[in-house]
Amino acid sequence: MLSVLRTMWDVFLHAFRPKVTVQYPEQKAYLAPRYRGRIILARDPDGGERCVGCYLCAAACPVDCISLQASEDEHGRRYPEFFRINFSRCIFCGFCEDACPTYAIQLIPDVEMSEYHRPNLVYEKEHLLIDGPGKYPGYNYWKVCGAEIGGKGKGEAENEAPATDLRSLLP
Amino acid sequence: MTSPHPIATIVGTLIVALSIASLLIWVERRLLAVWQDRCGPNRVGPFGLLQVVADMIKIFTKEDWIPPFADKPVFVLAPAIIIVTVLMSFAVLPIATGIIVADLNIGLLFFLAMSSLGVYSIVLAGWSSDNKYSLLGGLRAAAQMITYEVFMGLSLIGVVVLAGSFDLVRIVEAQRNVWFVIPQFLGFVLFLIAGIAETRRLPFDLPEAESELVAGYHSEYSGMKFGMFFVGEYLGVTLISALIAVLFFGGWMGPWLPPIVWFFIKVIFFICFFILLRASLPRPRFDQLMSWGWKLMLPLALANILVTGAVVLAFR
Repeated sequence: MLSVLRTMWDVFLHAFRPKVTVQYPEQKAYLAPRYRGRIILARDPDGGERCVGCYLCAAACPVDCISLQASEDEHGRRYPEFFRINFSRCIFCGFCEDACPTYAIQLIPDVEMSEYHRPNLVYEKEHLLIDGPGKYPGYNYWKVCGAEIGGKGKGEAENEAPATDLRSLLP
Repeated sequence: MTSPHPIATIVGTLIVALSIASLLIWVERRLLAVWQDRCGPNRVGPFGLLQVVADMIKIFTKEDWIPPFADKPVFVLAPAIIIVTVLMSFAVLPIATGIIVADLNIGLLFFLAMSSLGVYSIVLAGWSSDNKYSLLGGLRAAAQMITYEVFMGLSLIGVVVLAGSFDLVRIVEAQRNVWFVIPQFLGFVLFLIAGIAETRRLPFDLPEAESELVAGYHSEYSGMKFGMFFVGEYLGVTLISALIAVLFFGGWMGPWLPPIVWFFIKVIFFICFFILLRASLPRPRFDQLMSWGWKLMLPLALANILVTGAVVLAFR
């Protein structure tokens, strides 16, 4: 019987506790920097697209919401001709971000992407691409990879030794 | 204080009772939220007060569906009974000096009779729905309300002995020197518990027990018929709170403030207490409820009568 009264008193004291509710539209909830929200495509520090159209994100996606078509420009740089994410399917698992070898696809702490029409949830490349490098500011895939593209031969990448001359007999 | 015109009293009591009952929809949700560290409805209108209007519009425009297997006339009648019986009880409620619809000399008995009649509403609703859960809810309600009716009446005998009358106005006036909650504390506790059980409020909401019986006796009800049960429950809460104030806390008596303000302060306090009960206590098992009623509350109520009668006799 006494415990009943004590319970009631304890519950009453909750009237003077701060509220846990976040008054959402006026007050934003805190989303951690690594929160897995809206998906974006990042650019290199020099402004080029990071995505090399390797399809790893599309392969990793458990709900098959990513579709893209790889292509190659005149310098031999691969890029996606189109890049489409169907956010009405996306489960925000972040596997695409883990799979991406070039830090191109990233999940950011933004969840405010409601739409009245379902087709509007299909984001094309122009909706996904952002201007900056996202979470990895200094990284430039084409500057550090060994692949040969226009304006950069083999062995000319950052921290890369000159390519071995396979036809020479010298050590 | 001159008493207002009888028609004005009737209409005023009706409007005040119904508006308090409908306002309780908002008050209850808001207070529960306060005690659960939430905000509650605060979007519609100032402080969310228009939530009541929104709920009403919703409930009026809902499809009013009668199940084809239901016993139609009884099904329709049941929700009306509860509203009628509870509103009838408001007639004998003295709000302030002279503000009373019917100053019956057996007002207390009238209230007890009307609250007993209210059981029919629940039982008939459960029966006519022709649904296992509804029927179980109705059965539980019948057993529970008969049990608690018995010692609800007995717990008030102490007050009647002290006041020497069944007239609620004279009971209030008998408390001019000391509120009956002091000499009749046990009676007050018993009446409070019986009152909670009588209005089927948590923790004694076994007739509806949504975790066991879907919604109990009103599982099959929708639209405004459900709304009648809903408002009937809140009216019941208001009525029991008002009666606690009248019987044990001196009704309209109080210093400085006008009597009517004192009355409403006391009523609102007990309404909030009812909601606090809902926020804090779990529901007992049904057999526990019954054995509590018969084996603990009833002997206590009888002992209370015995001691009160002996003391009154000794000091007369």
